Amino acid sequence: MCLAIPARIVELEGDKAVVDAMGNRFKAKTTLLENAKIGDLVLVHAGFAISKVEEEDARKTWNLIEELDSFQETDKKISG
Amino acid sequence: MLERICKANKLMDKACQTLGRDINVMEVCGTHTVSIFRSGIRSTLPKHLKLLSGPGCPVCVTDQGYIDLAIELAQRDDCILATYGDMIRVPGSDGSLETKNKNNVKVVLSAEDAIDLAKENPGKTVVFIAVGFETTTPATAVVVKEAAQAGLENFCVLCAHKLVLPAMEVLLSEKNDKIDAFLCPGHVSVIIGSKAYEPIAAKYRKPCVVAGFEPMQIIEGLAEICRQICEGQAEVNSIYDVAVTPQGNTIAQRIISDCFEVTDGWWRGIGKIPQSTLKLKSQYSKFDAYERFGLTEKPAEDKTGCRCGEVLCGLIEPFDCAMFGNKCTPQTPIGPCMVSSEGACAAWYKYGRKRKTS
Repeated sequence: MCLAIPARIVELEGDKAVVDAMGNRFKAKTTLLENAKIGDLVLVHAGFAISKVEEEDARKTWNLIEELDSFQETDKKISG
Repeated sequence: MLERICKANKLMDKACQTLGRDINVMEVCGTHTVSIFRSGIRSTLPKHLKLLSGPGCPVCVTDQGYIDLAIELAQRDDCILATYGDMIRVPGSDGSLETKNKNNVKVVLSAEDAIDLAKENPGKTVVFIAVGFETTTPATAVVVKEAAQAGLENFCVLCAHKLVLPAMEVLLSEKNDKIDAFLCPGHVSVIIGSKAYEPIAAKYRKPCVVAGFEPMQIIEGLAEICRQICEGQAEVNSIYDVAVTPQGNTIAQRIISDCFEVTDGWWRGIGKIPQSTLKLKSQYSKFDAYERFGLTEKPAEDKTGCRCGEVLCGLIEPFDCAMFGNKCTPQTPIGPCMVSSEGACAAWYKYGRKRKTS
């Protein structure tokens, strides 16, 4: 439940942002961050950005999520 | 990467030899538990390095009495319950939110969605089922403040937010002395900061290492624990520096302490832990569902024979419970550790069962 995913801020108005994670766009709030700006990579948990992250770390997590997705697809096929 | 894995394995082997007995590392967080299973890390570890799943899945530690209150509110025609999806299948004393009047239960992805629900349904009171550890708590605090500023009358929260540190301490102080070290949760630590574990490391002489959720982070976290064991150290160290600072997210901490005060709380399977649960401060009492509906959380007696409590404390493995895999499965869960995908029982059932029985 405490999983946060990295996403990039693509729109920002006050503390209301739209973020992009692997092509999925959703709303997130930046209330918990200082000086969030468009282009920042942030960890988003339950609709809130909780910290900034580096490009490399975000990429590693996205790759892992992609791997898990393909793993789960295979898992579903195997277990029917 | 292979080089890093070899280096980590050498440290693990050395620690097992140095100690001459099993090393028990508790991964506190449910997300670690799942990542460990999915990546197959467990099978690559030395035989004497054991991983125990701790009480870090909020769904698993939420007391039945709390679920009973949520179900009671879901029966009311004047209420809508807004909950994170993880909670709807958790059994209370009689049924779950999914089976009891689910028309009044809405799944939300964010606390903000609960506020929107309240604005869209002025004739009903929206009760937000506020569970979770420090990662999730700031969001609740933000929306309570928003509701107060907007004068939103038909919104309140049934708060059971919990703190990770008191639970870790209880495990060390009373229940068992089996735990040698903690692999500390990545995203809780983003909020509380790695320094927060220092009193535990110092008082109980246990290494506390913060790691992220990627397999390599977990392996290197375990290796750092083993290095400390070899060298007789018990320190806090974070290998998740990209997101975790020693101080944590101070804005989030401030918002939490503006809205909440710490009180005693009930943990499923563990019992009452002093100063472990958050309660809305008196200036926000009109958003407190306990106050608004005159509710008191009574711990429910678990009559099912479920041993989730012992699993959460690292005292037994899921397969030591007689109901595991037969009466209790992810399709027919009896205990919370089987309901939540991050629960130790569900993870063992999905990824470890075949290996154990073969």
